[in-house]
Amino acid sequence: MAGIDIDALSTVYPNGVRAVDRLDVDIADGEFFALLGPSGCGKTTLLRTIAGLEQASEGRIDIGGREVTRLDPGKRNVAMVFQDYALFPHMTVADNIAYPLRVRREPKDKRRAVAESTSGELSLDGLLDRRPGQLSGGQQQRVALARAIAMGADVLLLDEPLSNLDARLRLEARTFLKRLQRDLKLTTVFVTHDQGEALALADRIAVMSAGKIRQVGTPREVFQRPADTFVANFIGSTPMNLLDGELTAEGLRVAGGLLPAPAGQDDHGPITVGIRPEYLRLSDKSSTGIAGTVSIVENLGVSTLVILDCADGVQLGVTVAEQEEPQVGEQVCAAPEEGRLLLFDAGSGALRRTD
Amino acid sequence: MTAETTTRTASPVVPAGFGPAWMLRRIGFYVLIAVIMVFFAIPMLWLVSEPFDANPGLTAHWPQWTLGNFAKTFRNPNVLPSLANSLILCGVATVITAAFAALAAYALSRVRIPGRDVLLYILLLMSSVVTGTAAMVPIFILMDQLGLINSLYGTAVVLAGGLLPAAIFMLKDFVDGVPKSYEESARVFGASPGQVLWHVVLPISRPGIATILVWAFVNAWGNFLLPFLVLQDSSKQPAAVILHTLQNDGGGADLTTIPVFSLLYSIPVVVLYLVVSRRYGFRFYGGIKG
Repeated sequence: MAGIDIDALSTVYPNGVRAVDRLDVDIADGEFFALLGPSGCGKTTLLRTIAGLEQASEGRIDIGGREVTRLDPGKRNVAMVFQDYALFPHMTVADNIAYPLRVRREPKDKRRAVAESTSGELSLDGLLDRRPGQLSGGQQQRVALARAIAMGADVLLLDEPLSNLDARLRLEARTFLKRLQRDLKLTTVFVTHDQGEALALADRIAVMSAGKIRQVGTPREVFQRPADTFVANFIGSTPMNLLDGELTAEGLRVAGGLLPAPAGQDDHGPITVGIRPEYLRLSDKSSTGIAGTVSIVENLGVSTLVILDCADGVQLGVTVAEQEEPQVGEQVCAAPEEGRLLLFDAGSGALRRTD
Repeated sequence: MTAETTTRTASPVVPAGFGPAWMLRRIGFYVLIAVIMVFFAIPMLWLVSEPFDANPGLTAHWPQWTLGNFAKTFRNPNVLPSLANSLILCGVATVITAAFAALAAYALSRVRIPGRDVLLYILLLMSSVVTGTAAMVPIFILMDQLGLINSLYGTAVVLAGGLLPAAIFMLKDFVDGVPKSYEESARVFGASPGQVLWHVVLPISRPGIATILVWAFVNAWGNFLLPFLVLQDSSKQPAAVILHTLQNDGGGADLTTIPVFSLLYSIPVVVLYLVVSRRYGFRFYGGIKG
């Protein structure tokens, strides 16, 4: 088992695209680490560079204190599960799981024993003599995981591990994956574009964009205190409200309303105000906050997303509990919960410190 | 084309379409199909009936059963050796074609070289524009200078050379369709390039290689001109050439031995097809999700 230290790493494709751009990150031993970002942000390239399938152009990668930057994939002792699982279709499940041992020319009976014990851990008993084509999507994924685990690697890399499963199975597989990782205490890096998956699974998340890391933090940190407007926008199942506002002596002017300014903000001027819909409370129109008219009501099951039309053409999303659902056309007022309002620099989009 | 038009008119959405006109069109269509089928079936019937007929001719008819034709055919000293020569010639040519095509197709599919696709198309275009027939004189001179005239193996190499461009092209297309993640997965597990090839790429490409095997064998088996020109010793000639020498005393076609020989000549190809199709199947099985 080992941590991963990545130092000023760049991966440049032959066509000149800098998919990973001078990136630093340290992943601790035994950590479940997510690389999260929109498509084309370089997260998969970073994972493949760690695996050795892409050649790093600059910088270095250490795994367990050993430099692996120029090593072949097979010499790094990392295991990888591909997005399409890449199970060998001409081999049985047992042969697939024991393939890493076959490469090392281990005897047949040892291979069978490892295949049996690993498949037991991943509830694949009774499937050992089937071919991948005869398995369901969830079973195929578990075989791919079993094969990676059977390798006995220091680090497990997962490329979009849940994206090929249907929605219901994905939740089950998520819980399964988290339990498995916790039991094995194996340093695991996984790539996903689904922020919900990253929040649910990871110990820490690196949010990436354009080959760079925007923020590294625990799911809670990334959710509650996004480092900039990009992260704020990307994290959360309902997008964060990002509104143009102005800090004045009286308080924070935003969307026609006046909110109390967070303490310690005397740098007056334009600012971007971020509030998650979940952290807004609706009240009748006479109270303080941002006034608006209910225009759209989207049912999310246990809660409801309400879109308010506010002054200056601003649209504000507010999540309310199912029993508090307002009528379309109703005049209401939205106010943030104590301490949930975030201020971002209007120019750079960086989070301002609020105490 | 006819089938398509007819089905469209006969669409069950329009019940009025089932009138007499529709019936006539259907009948006409099946008569046409029947004529075309007879056209192809008669030579087949000839092939299975005439070898066993006491009075073989050029028509297919119910035979007066006899095995005498076989006895007479086997008395010709060239018949059995020619079939053996054919098997050697085509076997060697097929193995060379499949082996080289597999390696070349894999390399061309996986290695990025500038102008690769143009190169491939030129290769295919040139090999079909400059046919074997047009190149026969230079090939003959070349083989003569290399001392390969009357050499079965030399002829096999030339045959393989003629088959390779198209084989590489077909197989490259197949290998392109094999996802790269199989190989990458094996590489991460520590497999050497040789292990990747033996454990993963070749087994997964097996249906494609099987197709190439059958295709190359059938092509080599039916090739007449090259062995006819360069294998002048009748003890070296393959079946395709010997078939052309089967004459009766008057110098005409020998209708007692030709049907028997034709039957013997077609069996290996059919057997090969059946064996390959059953063992490897011309199919691709899953295992990649997405």
